[in-house]
Order: sequence, then C-alpha cells, then structure tokens
Amino acid sequence: MEVNTKELQAVAKTVRKDIVTMITQSASGHPGGSLSEVEILTALYFKEMNVNPQKPQDPDRDRFVLSKGHGAPGLYSILARKGFFDVSELNNLRKLGSILQGHPNMNYVPGIDMSTGSLGQGISAAVGMALAGKLDKKAYRVYALLGDGELGEGEVWEASMSAAHYKLDNLTAFVDFNGLQIDGKCEEVMNPNPIDEKFKAFGWNVITIDGHDFEQIINAIEEAKNTKDKPTAVICKTVKGKGVSFMENQAGWHGSAPSKEQCEEALKEIGGEN
Amino acid sequence: MAKIATREAYGKALAKLGEEKSNVVVLDADLSKSTKTADFKKVFPERFINMGIAEGNMMVVAAGLAACGKIPFVSTFAMFAAGRGFEQIRNSICYPKLNVKVCATHAGLTVGEDGASHQAIEDISLMRSIPNMVVISPSDGIEAEEAIKAVAEYHGPCYVRLGRSAVPVINDNADYKFQIGKGVTLREGKDATIIATGIMVDAALEAYNMLAEEGIKVNVINIHTIKPIDEQIIVNAARETGVIVTAEEHSVIGGLGSAVAEVVTENYPVPVLKIGVKDTFGESGKPAELLEKYGLTAKDIVKAVKKGMSLK
Repeated sequence: MEVNTKELQAVAKTVRKDIVTMITQSASGHPGGSLSEVEILTALYFKEMNVNPQKPQDPDRDRFVLSKGHGAPGLYSILARKGFFDVSELNNLRKLGSILQGHPNMNYVPGIDMSTGSLGQGISAAVGMALAGKLDKKAYRVYALLGDGELGEGEVWEASMSAAHYKLDNLTAFVDFNGLQIDGKCEEVMNPNPIDEKFKAFGWNVITIDGHDFEQIINAIEEAKNTKDKPTAVICKTVKGKGVSFMENQAGWHGSAPSKEQCEEALKEIGGEN
Repeated sequence: MAKIATREAYGKALAKLGEEKSNVVVLDADLSKSTKTADFKKVFPERFINMGIAEGNMMVVAAGLAACGKIPFVSTFAMFAAGRGFEQIRNSICYPKLNVKVCATHAGLTVGEDGASHQAIEDISLMRSIPNMVVISPSDGIEAEEAIKAVAEYHGPCYVRLGRSAVPVINDNADYKFQIGKGVTLREGKDATIIATGIMVDAALEAYNMLAEEGIKVNVINIHTIKPIDEQIIVNAARETGVIVTAEEHSVIGGLGSAVAEVVTENYPVPVLKIGVKDTFGESGKPAELLEKYGLTAKDIVKAVKKGMSLK
C-alpha cells in the first residue's frame, strides 16, 4: 500500500519535540523509549485508529494499551496533538496534581484506555479488551505496545498464550525492539531473542519491520487486519533515543532528563515547524 | 437448612446472576470444579473464560474486560488470587478502580490436606491494604449468596473470601439483610464483645453459649465486610463492653483483628485480643484438626474472653 507519509512525519517531529521539552521541564521521565515509539504511535493515532477526541469513551472505538507505560510522554503528546486535551497540559508532566502522571492513568487522561506502568500487564489488559470485543461481536481493534526489555516478564507470555488460544485476530501487539533496557543491552541483561520465533511458537502471526518507517508500519497493520484467527505481533526494529544524536542507542538515556542546553540542542536537531 | 461451603453458594449465586446480568463474565484458572464456577459455565459456556494456570494474566485480562463494560468474576484459590495476583490486582484493577470481582475460594487453614502451600492466611491483610478494594468474608452459604448479589450491584473492585469446607447455617432468619460495610450484631451482652468473620462466626456463637453457661454474657458481632469496616458498631461495642476478642481463620497480622484494633485505638482504646493463626504456616491435616491445633475453636475464644475481661 502506498502511503503519503509527509503529514505523519511532521506529526512525528512535533511529538519528538514535545517529548524532549516535557521531560526537560519535569526534570524526570524516560526519553529513550519515548523517542523510539514515536512513529508507531503516530501511525496508529493519526492514520489508523478509529478514535474521536470528542467521544473518548465511545464503546466502538479502537483501543490502545501502552504496556511499556514509561513511554507515557510519547502517548501524552500524541493525545494532546490529536485534540484529546489541551497541548498546554504537557507542561505539567509528572508534576504534583497533574493529570499527566509518570505512567498513564485512564481515569485522569482523556484518551487513555488503560492505566499501565507495571511491565507485563498491559498486554493482558489488551487481551481482555479483545475478548470483550469478540464476546460483543464488535468491530473495534485492540493495539498494545510492548518494550523489548518488558518481554522478560512472564506475564507477557501468559498473555500471548491466551491471545492465541482464543484466536484474538482483533489484537495487534507492537514490540518496540530498540535493543536496550535500563541496565544495558537486552542481549546482555536478559536476552529476549529470537523475539519473532517466540511469538510464532506461541501461535501468533509475526511481522518484522523498521519501526521508524511509516509505510512499513501501516502495511503491517493492514496485514494484521487481514489475518484471521491469530493475533499479530509486529516486531519493530527501532533506535532508542531516535532523532536526538546524543541520545541514540544510549542505555543511559532510558530514564534521565536532559538539561536545558541539551534540550535546545535536541530541538534544533529534530527541526521542523514549532 | 443443610450445611454447605461458601464456595458452593457462590457457584449457585453466580449461575443466577448470569441470568440477570448479561454483562457478567466468569474467569477461572483451571479450578472451575473446585471454585464452583463450573456451575456458571454449565449455563453460560460462552461467557465462561478459562485462563489456564496463569493467575497474573487472568487478573489483568479481567481488568481489560471490565474496561469494556463487562462485570468479570474471577476465581481461583485465595493463595493464588491474593498472593500470586497481588500486584496485578493492585496496579491493574484497584488503581484504575475497575469493576472486577475477585472471588477467591479455599481460603484459610480449612483447605486441609493440601497443606501450607495452599492455605491462604494472609489474603485479608493483602487485599485490605490496597486502596479502592472492598473486602468481604461471608460466614455461611446464605451470606455468601447475598454478598455475591451485593458486589454485582456495587461498581468497583471487590475481594470475596470463600471457604472449601461446609459450614453451619447461621443467617437463616427472615429479616436477614446483607449490606456492604455493615456489621451484624448476633447476640447481645455487656461483659465482652466477640467480633468474628467467616467460619469463625459460628465458633463465636458456640463460645457465646459456653460463656452463658458460666453466667458471662457477651456481645457477638459478625463483620462480613472487613473493608470498609463498620467503625460505628466496633466503637459502640468497645464503649459498652470494654474489651474485644476478634476471631478469624487468618493470620493475626493484618486481618480482621488488626482492622478492629486500628478502629479501637483511634476512637475508644480498650483491650483487643486476637484469635487467629499466630504468625506461623499451617500444615496438612483435617480441617477440624487444624482449627484445634492452631487455636481457632470456641474454647480458644472462651479463654481469650476471660483473659480479656481480666484486663478491663
């Protein structure tokens, strides 16, 4: 499928700048994994998902679960830019009394479908949502985004087994495969590879793509929609810290905030319209 | 009325509930014959979801179902619900205040022969420590059935503690009414108060009779809802009788006894003596033998009441 990705690229730039700015302002947060997930979230919310900011609780909407809840800044920016809440709210990330908690809270933020933060649990919630969709014979689809380090949680595989067992072809799970977790390379901390073979063995349809290429992301979503009786896992090869040269592929940027100077440098690098 | 286990009453109540509420779904972790969710499965197979032996996933799948408008009743043994599933219940059910009912069976020592690995004596403590959680521990089949109806009407997370063994019927009076958060005065007396929950309510009534024979008249209160607890009935009892003995088939750490003591110390300090498992693991044995060995009988309550009265 041919996709005009120019608009999506512009959104992605804005989101990247939001992420860097928000985390700098709060002096706390997770830039690395927020930057690596940007294209996946942008494709979902600005191209694919049936969501309406005026009706965030629409029972027929598509659902999204950020299983890697620490990627919250990316999702908050996406939702604000989509119109779920005012963009100025992004200034309050992680601040006392803010709706923008360190990890997403579904009762505070319009557009968040599930509270997450404790790794391994989001995909289970997505399985529950997909089961509900099947029970109610609804057409909505459920998307989850996992980290690669998160695959160490046994619950991910419990959830994967149950998704295949119940033939949840309305469920698509993306893995943000940036290769790094807090303590270093995934391969060194706890090797999750081969990720594709694992999901295949658990009964999933598996697609491996470049997680920063909109055309590949959108085509993978289409393939998932056309796959019957199986959930689809999209293994997205990504770069942690993508778009900011000094953050790229650095595990140290998993959970530390940039200084004001670093923020300015990062914004300059990302470029695009303000 | 015949003795039945609270889990039996649960299975029956669930099957009825399925008829009344089309959005009730039931999840189990390969124990449906033991937890009695099989009663629901028989009538509504399409709304019964077996999650296999994976309790952590089961809890959060239930959360996902609740986020889409279902009322999930989730069952497994109390050890694996409250124990294994603790963090999932905390973060994915209670934090977002999702409408999930965790109905855990085989709680306490009366699991019997399976032994310590299966005897949950910490579940009340774990569950009541989580914000937004309602904790209910019914005393007989009638109360269990009413509790299930009540939690289905209540919007939000609930933990219902059910037992394996048959228990005597104590609530078969015409004016019995179950209300979440309301304690029930079963006997009145001025010398001391016994506050019990679950299967220990029957032992408390037996203790009442034993004490009455010696001329000691005690107040007996059934606390079926451990959270939110009925503070008023506890404070009144402390004021009127001056000493409280609690009784539960649970560790003396963090359960009913602790909850009562918390209320009493902040409002009207009097001695609170706790009957429960004394910070130790159980073992294999017959339920009655275990209750005897671990000090959970009417006799133990009687002893505690007398000791308590001497402290007044």
